[in-house]
Amino acid sequence: MPLIKNGAITDDPWQFPAEDGPMPETGSVAVSLTQWQREKAVLLARSTPLGLLLTGNDSLDNIVPNITAYDLIAFVFPTFQDGRPYSMARLLRERYGYTGELRATGDVSRDQFLFMYRCGFDAFAVSAGNVIEDWLRAVSEISIWYQPTNDPRSALTTLRHKLHALE
Amino acid sequence: MKLEIVSANRLTDGRVVYLSHGGRWSEKIVDGRTARNDKESAALLTEAEASVAKCLVIDPYLLTISDETGAFTAMRLRERIRQFGPKVNQTLDQSV
Amino acid sequence: MYRYDEFDQTFVRQRVAQFRDQVARRLSGDLSEEEFKPLRLMNGLYLQLHAYMLRVAIPYGTFCSRQMRQLADISRHYDRGYGHFTTRQNIQFNWVKLDEVPDILAALAEVEMHAIQTSGNCIRNVTADPFAGAAADEIEDARIWCEIIRQWSTLHPEFSFLPRKFKISVNGAIEDRAALRVHDIGLQLKQNDTGEIGFEVMVGGGQGRTPMIAKSIRSFLPKEELLSYLESILRVYNLLGRRDNKYKARIKILVHDLGAETLANMVEREWQQLREGYVNLPDSELARIACYFAPPDLEDAAETDNGLDRARRANGQFESWLEHNVNAHKQPGYAIVTISLKPEGGVPGDIDADQMEVVADLAQRFSHDELRATYQQNLVLPHVRKRDLHVVWRLLAAHGLSTANHGLISDIIACPGMDYCSLATARSIPVAQSISQRFNDLTRQKNIGDLRLNISGCINACGHHHVGHIGILGLEKNGAENYQITLGGRSDRSAAIGEIIGPAFSAEKIADAVETVIDTYLDLRQPGERFVDAYARLGRGPFKERLYATH
Repeated sequence: MPLIKNGAITDDPWQFPAEDGPMPETGSVAVSLTQWQREKAVLLARSTPLGLLLTGNDSLDNIVPNITAYDLIAFVFPTFQDGRPYSMARLLRERYGYTGELRATGDVSRDQFLFMYRCGFDAFAVSAGNVIEDWLRAVSEISIWYQPTNDPRSALTTLRHKLHALE
Repeated sequence: MKLEIVSANRLTDGRVVYLSHGGRWSEKIVDGRTARNDKESAALLTEAEASVAKCLVIDPYLLTISDETGAFTAMRLRERIRQFGPKVNQTLDQSV
Repeated sequence: MYRYDEFDQTFVRQRVAQFRDQVARRLSGDLSEEEFKPLRLMNGLYLQLHAYMLRVAIPYGTFCSRQMRQLADISRHYDRGYGHFTTRQNIQFNWVKLDEVPDILAALAEVEMHAIQTSGNCIRNVTADPFAGAAADEIEDARIWCEIIRQWSTLHPEFSFLPRKFKISVNGAIEDRAALRVHDIGLQLKQNDTGEIGFEVMVGGGQGRTPMIAKSIRSFLPKEELLSYLESILRVYNLLGRRDNKYKARIKILVHDLGAETLANMVEREWQQLREGYVNLPDSELARIACYFAPPDLEDAAETDNGLDRARRANGQFESWLEHNVNAHKQPGYAIVTISLKPEGGVPGDIDADQMEVVADLAQRFSHDELRATYQQNLVLPHVRKRDLHVVWRLLAAHGLSTANHGLISDIIACPGMDYCSLATARSIPVAQSISQRFNDLTRQKNIGDLRLNISGCINACGHHHVGHIGILGLEKNGAENYQITLGGRSDRSAAIGEIIGPAFSAEKIADAVETVIDTYLDLRQPGERFVDAYARLGRGPFKERLYATH
């Protein structure tokens, strides 16, 4: 499954051990919240990067206390219609200061990239297609944003403010 | 006799169409190919699905019609409205 | 009214280009119908029984002659020469072709219009009091806030995949003409004890199969903080609203399950985190938007009659129209004119291209180039000089637009029903037609007085039957159309859900049944008592007795 990160196809260094399977000896691992809670001590003792694989059902209250421990937070979209991770992503980025990789996986297609990107997702596991061309096109289709978010690009209110300042 | 035909909406303009001969779709219900039993109905629907793959129609399905000397009429009211169009400026007393 | 700046214009053009690409991908087979459907819905494009239907947004019901003329052109070039105004102040075209929709959207963009978020599980086109900016009982023009909400909600990155659709309505007057209490969020502008203007925030109203009246969760919200508070409500809903059952996914169910107080507390907690952030607009932007809604340059005309009284006395039809279709304006010497789209035997809300142009001309000549679409599926000329009323009436009359029935029994709200809609279980239009013909005598209608009769062709309640004084719901039973009657519903400040009166009636009997309800009211009412007040006093009993004794 291709991974897009920072606008390019990237090798995925992360391992996602099965819920009841063995934990890889070395390398980066991302686990479910249940796994994390069960094996927190063991996981924290590792010297390799740790990540979480979440769904919209998980509560951020269980994630925030250890937020600096994670280098990856991946949200599974069982269907593109599950909009909860958009709110969770913004909260992680904007309220809890999460700076690691925020990945969208599952039912992710080019027509959702733009919304995800603007909510703070910076990595996208996609199924197939001309992924890079699609991604670049999707995120440049619309250049005007009415809502300020954590997106590095300026929202419209800022643009208007700048324009007025010039006048 | 119970007869079934396949209807769908055409992809490009959404218009009501009926599966006709040779995999073609017609706006006229009389052009519709009929199925007289479950096996024939299933075959019609399979053929219709091929048109979905070819981006010709959306959501084909079977509907029951009556055949009064060659003039096909859909049995359900909803299908009669699809067949004849919206009956605006016509009161309820005049049946569809 | 609001005008697009270069940014708004760039945005809608980009959106058109984006949809053109999505349509091309659908036609080429890159997108399946399942993948394409949510994309087309986000641009207001439905597939109905006979064809695609495009729902065009008229944000908060405000538009101008240039836009109306473009709608007329679109209806001629891409449709069948008519359009249908909906209960959400939008207009629908019933016969568009998929491959032409990008061109229609481009034509709309030319006149600063779009079809964005008129469908789908997102924040829908915001609605408002159609008399906003003109009403004599106004506290503040709701449209300023509607435009702010429109911009904030447009392609909101966080709230474009909500559990279900989300409707916001704003009212700035004393009287609620925006049906606030049956919206997901209803915002009532008000003044507090210290003279500040803010909003009472109501949440969780709605119709459909589980009708509910909204609960007030904040009695006063400073208006400058509106967006952060809305963002808080939407965030709580997006995270907690049910996604397992689409019939239980609206915010009204969340309000019901959690209780209004619990929800209010959750929203409040979220808001305390958000209110100091960057969601609220800077003062300069608030002022910029408010500028567009400055009152038009109205004459300081005194209350002189300029022959109005003479014309009134000379013509009974004109007099009736003045009585029912003309409302008080905040400026002396002006009036608000309601153009009824409910001629006898007509299709409620339908208007043909020629009529659209007539209305556009009238708006330009007599109403400071402003028009409104109402949730009752009529049109409004909001700023007409009283001395122009007679000529406006004559021009309307010449084009079948002077029906003097605003607020009367034949001013029927009706959804398109099974004549067009793929969700409908019965037809609505023929029922509306037969009732308007049955009560065609205007003297009789005036005697019956203020009455809202609303018809929906299925349980989704687009025809607002739950809040009609008389509501009619079309259902299918054993292959035949059946119509259930509800009584006592209302959508004003005292909003209530109508009560089902008994077993449904057949299509042939429904007009008779309505007549029986009316006759019962006429027999039992006290002097000056409106239908809905008489029903509140009398209850179901006498109506039920008469209905089921005679049928």
